[in-house]
Amino acid sequence: MPPAGPRSGDAIFASVERVNAELFTLTYGATVRQLLTDLEEVEEVNKQLDQMGYNIGIRLIDEFLAKSNISRCVDFKETAEVIAKVGLKMFLGVNATVTNWDAEGTCCSIVLEDNPLVDFVELPDTCQGLHYCNILSGVIRGALEMVSMKTEVTWLRDMLRGDDTFELQVKLLKQVPEEYPYKDDE
Amino acid sequence: MQFFGGSEISPSPPAPTATGNNVHMMYIFNRNGVCLFYREWNRPLRTLNPQQDHKLMFGLLFSLRSFTAKMDPTSTDKGNLGVPQLPGQGCSFHSFRTNTYKLSFTETPSGIKIILVTHPRTSDLRDSLKYIYNLYVEYVVKNPLYSPGTPIRCELFNTSLDQYVRSIS
Repeated sequence: MPPAGPRSGDAIFASVERVNAELFTLTYGATVRQLLTDLEEVEEVNKQLDQMGYNIGIRLIDEFLAKSNISRCVDFKETAEVIAKVGLKMFLGVNATVTNWDAEGTCCSIVLEDNPLVDFVELPDTCQGLHYCNILSGVIRGALEMVSMKTEVTWLRDMLRGDDTFELQVKLLKQVPEEYPYKDDE
Repeated sequence: MQFFGGSEISPSPPAPTATGNNVHMMYIFNRNGVCLFYREWNRPLRTLNPQQDHKLMFGLLFSLRSFTAKMDPTSTDKGNLGVPQLPGQGCSFHSFRTNTYKLSFTETPSGIKIILVTHPRTSDLRDSLKYIYNLYVEYVVKNPLYSPGTPIRCELFNTSLDQYVRSIS
């Protein structure tokens, strides 16, 4: 009996337990608000959100792999498609597309059609440097690191800053092969 | 008395009679070779101390994975034996059988390796391994008190695993 093939993002989204998106959005908003109070510097908040996302990503990858039946993540192009079509759909219920590939195929953009995190949000003047959704880039970076891909994820466009869409740039720095972890004399 | 010959040179163990006796032991390793979890249900014979045992098992899997990819006659791109591979690259094996036990193995792209050692007559366990991976996600990964990369000490995981393993035939 061959293992079942990968499942589509829609199928998983339909089958997993969900919570109201507004609850999630407002909880996230409260988190960002608290970080702004605690850290005071907008740059520090960006960093903290990214770190929180990273910690989420290194756990979330296992849930993702278990539920999506994906068995290999070697090709970066395929991986980017999977993040956009399966991952984001499954965890956030949003549709995304992958565009702007560079010539080497190591850098691309993920464009989000909508983003539930920013519902009810307006950036005040004092927070113009804030990447409100920076947790997402941390999640993607952490999750990809667990499948051997070191990446750099940056926001190129952000609707909260007046752009027309959300665009995340994902850049593959290095693929780390699996090494034998013990030394011979151990 | 008979020294040689006979129909079975090394007889296989008696077939399990009741349920719950089929699975000998289980290992979970992460990508760094850390044994996250070891549990035994039915293992009368131990030849090594646990640490050596885990290391040997990990080494066996690591070599077999590289070996199966290298011996694969269907793929043209396989690199050299012993050259590091990315998880999910090349073909992999999912079980091997000796006359006294069967070892089933699965590896996820995140490098989690789950190994079940069972009675040699057990059927294909790929779905069972997948189910165990799901248990791992639910009771270990989603447990905020568990820090990734450390040995698993989650009571709920143990009990649900015990329950599930008893149902494997």
